[in-house]
Amino acid sequence: MAVAAPAATPLPIEQPTSRRASTARGFWSSAWWRFRHDRVSLIALAVLLAIVVLSAAAPLISGLILHTDPAQFMRTPAGRIATLQPPGPNYPLGTDDVGRDVLTRLLYAGQVSLSVGFLVALVSLGLGAPMGLLAAYFGGSVDDVINAVVQFMLNIPALFVLIVLSIFLTPNVIELALIFGLFFWPGTARQVRAVVLSARNRDYVDAARVLGAGDGRIMARHILPNVASVAIVVAGLDMAAAILAESSLSFLGFGVPVPLSSWGNMLSLSQEMFRSAPWLVYPPGVMIFVTVLCVFLVSDGLRDALDPRLSR
Amino acid sequence: MVRRLLQSVLLLLVVITAIFFLIHLTPGGPEAALANNPRTSAEDIARVKQQFGLTDPLPIQYLHWLGNAAHLDFGRSYFYSRPATDVVAERLWPSIQLGIMSYLVALLGVPLGVLAATHRGKLADNLTRLVTTLGHALPTWWFGLTLIVVLNSVLGWFPNGQGRGGPWQWFSYIIFPALVLGLAALVTFTRFVRSEVLEVLNQDYVRTADAKGLPRTLVTSRHVLRNALLPVVTQLGYVLPAVVSGALITEYVFSWPGVGRLFYEAAVARDYPILLAILTMTTAATIVGTLVADLSYGIVDPRVRYS
Repeated sequence: MAVAAPAATPLPIEQPTSRRASTARGFWSSAWWRFRHDRVSLIALAVLLAIVVLSAAAPLISGLILHTDPAQFMRTPAGRIATLQPPGPNYPLGTDDVGRDVLTRLLYAGQVSLSVGFLVALVSLGLGAPMGLLAAYFGGSVDDVINAVVQFMLNIPALFVLIVLSIFLTPNVIELALIFGLFFWPGTARQVRAVVLSARNRDYVDAARVLGAGDGRIMARHILPNVASVAIVVAGLDMAAAILAESSLSFLGFGVPVPLSSWGNMLSLSQEMFRSAPWLVYPPGVMIFVTVLCVFLVSDGLRDALDPRLSR
Repeated sequence: MVRRLLQSVLLLLVVITAIFFLIHLTPGGPEAALANNPRTSAEDIARVKQQFGLTDPLPIQYLHWLGNAAHLDFGRSYFYSRPATDVVAERLWPSIQLGIMSYLVALLGVPLGVLAATHRGKLADNLTRLVTTLGHALPTWWFGLTLIVVLNSVLGWFPNGQGRGGPWQWFSYIIFPALVLGLAALVTFTRFVRSEVLEVLNQDYVRTADAKGLPRTLVTSRHVLRNALLPVVTQLGYVLPAVVSGALITEYVFSWPGVGRLFYEAAVARDYPILLAILTMTTAATIVGTLVADLSYGIVDPRVRYS
């Protein structure tokens, strides 16, 4: 036990000559401050941004630097269609079984896979957050109904049903993202519900109600800010999971319709092909792996930055 | 307990009803697959629809199907012209073998999680966290393909289908798909065990055991593991849905003759009876897995009560 030393001499009092060195920070700027000092998350964010920029610039890169077209066959100097060429000076990552340049397709595929991931996170958040909010705020029969729907959705074997749906409906990319979102929102709703349940009974909510605030105002002004940090993290995790799920579905040949390329459907070839052309296997998988890993790490970093109490 | 059981049965009924109508209401049934063939006439298609009972009103079809499904009759497969139940049953055993093997692989996560927790913040912990984070971001199908390519270039051989012949053959064909399928559950187990062990290590009785001078290994084995590992039993049920849907991809990659691969083939052929039989089965597996997990949680930890 430390014994408090008696103050023999009065401490010298510093005269405030200038403004304080550190200023008080608001919620978002202190979160950003914590995130900025988390090296792993920053690197992950940088890599993720690089992938986004490269994918967005796919037309420029293929047009100006590579002189390729994702839908055109490459030709060998002799004028024949260059099928299954190994990586070399003319084709940095080789060509596939119908002679398309793998690097070009990889860049364009990034656009599709990333937008599917982003859209699914958006749909999941847009449906799940209001549902979770309503369920927890009103409770009672509203809660029961929403819970029943969530239970129902969570017990559907999603991958199996997605295969059936994409065969029968042959959706385009936007429709595919919407269908995915339908399977993702129950998880978001659950998380949001848990947060709102604890926020609903806080004293400041009671105070607002006593002051005459309506349900809409209480939800928007007093409860929603609590949800923001959880919502951002859950959206990140949804995006990662959606990119993985889309790649699985496309790999099986049911997701993004050909000839559009996504990181998943670039590999929906026969297994036998990989004896002769192993170079086709690595690039799409590495892109998914790195992207998903970065999204996970950024989400982790955001969770720690937005809610320091949660950090392990 | 009884209420929980009834809820599960009701849930199963609601989900398979929704799936039945979803499949039958979406355009492009088996007749669409036939219509692609220029040599089939309109009469042929009408005859096929008649033969498979697809001309009845949908509610009638549904009640008919449900009544038969109740005693495991899912109709005749369009593609195999045999009872769907028989076709699925043939493919069930390879899938169960693969499932059990992948659970064994996943259980390696238990010692890994214990190791990480008892060496918290040290090399073993950081390494485990690195591996689980990487494993979490790895697409199942790509892990399988990479394994095939690597095996092919190193050994000039890769597992394709099921090994016939001696036990060694059987093992060498099943271990790689099982590894791929088990990875996701292994990551789940490792994380779960790590956090469970860490929680128990903070309990008062562990501090007491330490304080009275018991050797560290004895404290870990007697006091910590016994309490921390019991809840792992519940996780066996919770990961079942993930294992079932992972099997679909793994079986496709490794040409494993199981139910997952059958589902893929039936989906391509628009074989309604087989699709519905497998969907009913996987829905039941999902619900039973969750139910068993919830109930076993109550048994393992008597503090948990169901209202």
